[in-house]
Amino acid sequence: MSIEFKALTHTYNEKTPFPYVALHDVDLEIKEGIFTAIIGETGSGKSTLVQHLNALLTPTSGKVIVDDFIITSEKKAKDLKKLRKKVGLVFQFPEYQLFEETIEKDIAFGPKNFGVEEEAAKKKAREMLALVGLDDSYLNRSPFDLSGGQKRRIAIAGILALDPDILVLDEPTAGLDPQGAKEMMQLFTKLNKEFNKTIIMVTHDMEHVLHYCEDVVVLKKGKVVHTCSANEFFNNYDLLEQLHVALPKVIEFKKMLQDKGIKINPEIFDMHELALELKEELKHG
Amino acid sequence: MEIIKVKNLNFSYDETTPTIKDVSFSVEEGSYTTIVGHNGSGKSTIAKLLDGLLEKKSGSIEIGGLELNEANIYKIREQVGIVFQNPDNQFIGATVADDIAFGLENQQVPSDEMPKIIEQYAKKVNMYDFLDKEPTKLSGGQKQRVAIAGVLAMNLKVIILDEATSMLDPQGKVEINALVNELHEKSNLTIISITHDMEEVLRSDHVLVMDNGEVKISGTPEEVLSNEKELIDLKLDLPFVYKMQKELYNVGFEFEKQLELEGVVESLCQLNLKR
Repeated sequence: MSIEFKALTHTYNEKTPFPYVALHDVDLEIKEGIFTAIIGETGSGKSTLVQHLNALLTPTSGKVIVDDFIITSEKKAKDLKKLRKKVGLVFQFPEYQLFEETIEKDIAFGPKNFGVEEEAAKKKAREMLALVGLDDSYLNRSPFDLSGGQKRRIAIAGILALDPDILVLDEPTAGLDPQGAKEMMQLFTKLNKEFNKTIIMVTHDMEHVLHYCEDVVVLKKGKVVHTCSANEFFNNYDLLEQLHVALPKVIEFKKMLQDKGIKINPEIFDMHELALELKEELKHG
Repeated sequence: MEIIKVKNLNFSYDETTPTIKDVSFSVEEGSYTTIVGHNGSGKSTIAKLLDGLLEKKSGSIEIGGLELNEANIYKIREQVGIVFQNPDNQFIGATVADDIAFGLENQQVPSDEMPKIIEQYAKKVNMYDFLDKEPTKLSGGQKQRVAIAGVLAMNLKVIILDEATSMLDPQGKVEINALVNELHEKSNLTIISITHDMEEVLRSDHVLVMDNGEVKISGTPEEVLSNEKELIDLKLDLPFVYKMQKELYNVGFEFEKQLELEGVVESLCQLNLKR
């Protein structure tokens, strides 16, 4: 399976006096089975990029290849429904899209829409509810009575009910408290590691990139300016500085120490390991 | 001087479950107070009670020497303003200038005086060039700066920030944090910030930790953060500088506790020289 963007350009309002080129000549390959972060400033084209993955947007020119599906400007994928089942897209603030009377109906809506029988769809709803960490007692409750974090879990369960191979998340933790955000990230890690789902996440949170993601794609003004492993990314101080991102504190600390001439193994990103390393480096002799 | 005095405050949204239980605290004029606690701990409810958006069940709230009650509520609102979490939910005006003017109109400021006041505060939050723009066309950080300008223009004494940066991108967060720090340093504005950001807690003068409708711990950041076990039980994180030092002490480092990373680096460098 492959996920590839080839010479992709996307222009909004193309045939109007105010065209806006959101993505310009993007070539990008995203690896299967891993957890990839898409980062970049607001307006850099992150959301536009990921919305091509299930043909919600189609290219102005160039193409997107997801496995057997080829998405171009002339035609949407030959079988859009199959593509949408393969690629689950979770928007920003997905809880705004909940609409059914009960949580069970809301989660079962997707599978039913794809032709799954009522009972099987309900069964799926129960499974997905458990997967996102809520018990059966929620099934008959209204999704609107829940907290923000719980509502978001329900919305994500609705996407997972279609059993996508690729899960695309657009700022999935925005507006959640730190505890809620952590639980959400642990859920995605589980989906990646235990259920082998490819996870593509748009985010601004560098702590999450550091602790959960394997690859990093950096967008700037509609172009992919860097693709690398998270490990390389957090050792590339020049790049980090150019991006004006809020550095994870541990990276900030490492850099401060390195600037003072203290040697630190670039592979270390964990506080405990860093403390041990410093002990080796400073206490000897 | 204490600008806010809250005594034995109680509130509940329904008859059965109390949301705020016997809360008492006070806030010094011109200080920067952070309120932390996990979701549902009652933080935002406190903010709404202070501005009279919710009506208390019992206890008392005194702001600027005035008791908050039905008779005084408008006088209180001339002193207290709130900036909410979602920058999209608090705009009324068709332009940035109109929006800042809205509060002034409510305060019956003569219309010929308004343009000057609007310009002054738009400049203060660095939004002067945007006065004729539609609020919907702004970034999240810009929207929150306009909201803060609206509060400042009304010459309020207390500004409550209810997770005002939580929906912003990193750039927007940096902008608002810098503005809040500047206001704290250069004006006598009293700032109350409801936040999840433990790094922000370090920058404040006073911290209230809430849980289950009660104030569990309060004091200076240093005092509050010394209750490590309790904070972890309340599902709150410690700032990085605390966690990192703990790791360093655990592997055998010995140096005096530092409140900033620079201090930790300095201490480690001194150890490096001594060896």
